[in-house]
Amino acid sequence: MRAYFGRRYTLSASHRLHSEGLTAEENRATYGKCNNPHGHGHNYVVEVIVGGAVDAETGMVCDLVDLDACVRKEILDRFDHTNLNTHACFQNLVPTTENFNIVIHRLLKAAFTQAELTTVRVEETSNNSFEYPVQGHQPAGAHSQGKGSTA
Amino acid sequence: MILLTRKAEFSASHYYWNDAWTEEENVRKFGKCANRNGHGHNYTLEVTVSGEIDARTGFVVDLKELKEVLEKEVVSVYDHRHLNLEVPEFKAAIPTTENIAIAVWKRLKGKIPGASLHRVRVYELPDLFADYYGEP
Repeated sequence: MRAYFGRRYTLSASHRLHSEGLTAEENRATYGKCNNPHGHGHNYVVEVIVGGAVDAETGMVCDLVDLDACVRKEILDRFDHTNLNTHACFQNLVPTTENFNIVIHRLLKAAFTQAELTTVRVEETSNNSFEYPVQGHQPAGAHSQGKGSTA
Repeated sequence: MILLTRKAEFSASHYYWNDAWTEEENVRKFGKCANRNGHGHNYTLEVTVSGEIDARTGFVVDLKELKEVLEKEVVSVYDHRHLNLEVPEFKAAIPTTENIAIAVWKRLKGKIPGASLHRVRVYELPDLFADYYGEP
């Protein structure tokens, strides 16, 4: 049976939202306080969800030690306690949390092969979070009781 | 169609062990979780149901009824129990978070009046959870 395993990680980083395609005035108008030239920081929460068949021998979708090691190597060691704007991936990309979310997904998708990476959620603060990619779990009828593909 | 989620909590002990493996293999694969004396967690269960809003009540599901179903079918069976030793579905399946999510789904399927199960999420820790959507 296919299930999903989720894990939450935290990392702290600084960034400045500034687009070279906008004037200084437009940048201030668009990004507000986030355009402060000296940057600011967040404690990001990165939630990683992977899916796959539950292994009959272990009862697991994947070994959480493998997932932790992969996220540590690819994400935490790379971004924790750094300035996001200084990374190569953000030289031509504004490090909004939307873009950070997509970068994290791309890095993990390429590196983690033990299960299918389905969703990455990033909380920039406790009040705002982003999720990519959007999953197609259909609330309408697809999982109605006792019908179709339900287990 | 709208989704509604209700939480419940239970505290239980468990251990991870595959009888087909040697002790060394179990310890290598499951680490501290293979301690045969068990250990425990405060689990949080999130049950999401889907349905249409009843025009008379404005409810997708009666929350009191849903709470009673969760209590009867899951919490009263799992809470303050040793999952491996006292809950029948874990005689044959290791009580990992994934298998608990699947077992909760099976316990609840067809028992929620007026709504369909959409997702069962089980948190073993605030940073570790499993989801099951009823997929084969």
